[in-house]
Amino acid sequence: MTEATMQKHYLPEGLPAPAAAADGLGEEFWEGTKRHELVVQKCNACGTFQWGPEFCCHKCLSFDMGWGKVEPRGTIYSWERSWYPVHPALKNGVPYIAVLVELPGAGNVRMVGNLLGDREQKVVIGAKVEAVFEDHTDPEPYTLVQWRVV
Amino acid sequence: MTEERTIRGKTAIAGLGETRYYKRGASPDPEFKMTLEAIINAADDAGISVRDIDGFASFSNDRNDPPRLAAALGIPHIGFSNMFWGGGGGGGSGAVANAAAAVAAGYIDVCVVYRGLAQGQFGRFGQGAPVKFAPGAGAFTAPYGVMSPAQSFAMRVNRFMWEHGIKQEALRAIALSSYAHAQHNPRAVMRGRELTEEDYDNSRWIVEPFHLFDCCLENDGAAAMIVTTSERAKDMKQKPAYILAAAQGTDFRQAAAAHNAPDYGTSNFKTLAPRLYAMAGVGPEDVDVLQSYENFTGGVLMSMVEHGFCKPEDVNDFFTPENFSAFGGKLPLNTSGGNLAECYMHGLGLIHEAVRQVRGTSTCQVDDVNISMITSGPMVQPVSDLILATDAS
Repeated sequence: MTEATMQKHYLPEGLPAPAAAADGLGEEFWEGTKRHELVVQKCNACGTFQWGPEFCCHKCLSFDMGWGKVEPRGTIYSWERSWYPVHPALKNGVPYIAVLVELPGAGNVRMVGNLLGDREQKVVIGAKVEAVFEDHTDPEPYTLVQWRVV
Repeated sequence: MTEERTIRGKTAIAGLGETRYYKRGASPDPEFKMTLEAIINAADDAGISVRDIDGFASFSNDRNDPPRLAAALGIPHIGFSNMFWGGGGGGGSGAVANAAAAVAAGYIDVCVVYRGLAQGQFGRFGQGAPVKFAPGAGAFTAPYGVMSPAQSFAMRVNRFMWEHGIKQEALRAIALSSYAHAQHNPRAVMRGRELTEEDYDNSRWIVEPFHLFDCCLENDGAAAMIVTTSERAKDMKQKPAYILAAAQGTDFRQAAAAHNAPDYGTSNFKTLAPRLYAMAGVGPEDVDVLQSYENFTGGVLMSMVEHGFCKPEDVNDFFTPENFSAFGGKLPLNTSGGNLAECYMHGLGLIHEAVRQVRGTSTCQVDDVNISMITSGPMVQPVSDLILATDAS
């Protein structure tokens, strides 16, 4: 691992890369992050934001599901700091912080990401955060959505 | 007149079987062999022939399928074979509930509920899979290093603790009482390993708010139990543990991907608990001893609150090892050592212990047990519960 990739990516290389489900669900989201855009599933019939993606709207049961571009800002709803390497790639990568970020611009759906910065920082529920798009190339191009306190 | 639709008091747990419990990977026997042994032991304990079994129920995608088990055991016919959906220990009580329903409805007479686990043979729960891609729902967590059960639940617990000002000592009390009870239990993997407040405080974090001792063990072994009609159970060898109520379920959108359950700081028992108590005709104040599934202590914390044993604002005062002690505590909890210190048989061991409390044969026996309760699999979807009693009425 080079110094450059250490700085470029929050977690070490070698973790599973994200992929759409075999039935195609989620593809638009990962295409969006590559463009550094945050898109969330949105019902074309009733306007409800829905996350994770599903074939129908849980509110009105329409199958006419689209995608809405969302302001990449939110608040920390919960968090966890991992000290045990649950994957061989994380052997030298602990501790690290995962946050659950609520997106007020998308009906308060939540997303999981890492909180950038000091790995031992005190994490405050309710703190405002903004998305940081983290580009990867291995095993093929994809982009993760990370968060930093603003 | 419409007959009341309930299984209340119609069935009982009449036999218990276990193998020896081993540390993960330490079993000399394969999983299937241990499962056979546990089933034979359960029939022997009930005082029946294993050939009297005509139904099979399990949970958590158990690998040991009923047709092969029945063939191996020379069982004349199967009238019921059933798998409770969902992972982890959410289906422990649910598998017993399904067995009870099949018996009460007349499909079968004698059902064995079983679980076999050999992680040495089949790989671990506490590790992410070594795969190149995480498709679908896993894509929203695994690339961020969130892939183990502990990590799937820690954020729910952190949220609940933040909402209610719960201190770490509440989680510690659950771990300490399990380890204290295990010291009396010869079957317990952690017998001889006493745990002090200092040990807990100084133990490493797995994922905050879980220290090492907040997490269940990973073990090899098998457990089984015999469920039959209350009538038949009375004529068998052991004192019956009557099934007063059973319930399973999940709350609104609890399985929404990427941690999007609208009610998040929850163990998923809020709609289940009232149904359970209504069927049993008892309330939390009537429960003499509780076995509460500990995948992680935080799940016990939330499930005890959701079952009405303690208000959230009283947790910091009520959650003490003294209150949870089998020897004079206000609410004896996990009296075998449970998943933390006896053995992790996906919680089937907790149901065994609840039955022993009814029989009066626990190694941490509570005085005058009438009502013995089990909560299975907090925070997973679906979850399930059982209420057992010394009396069918």
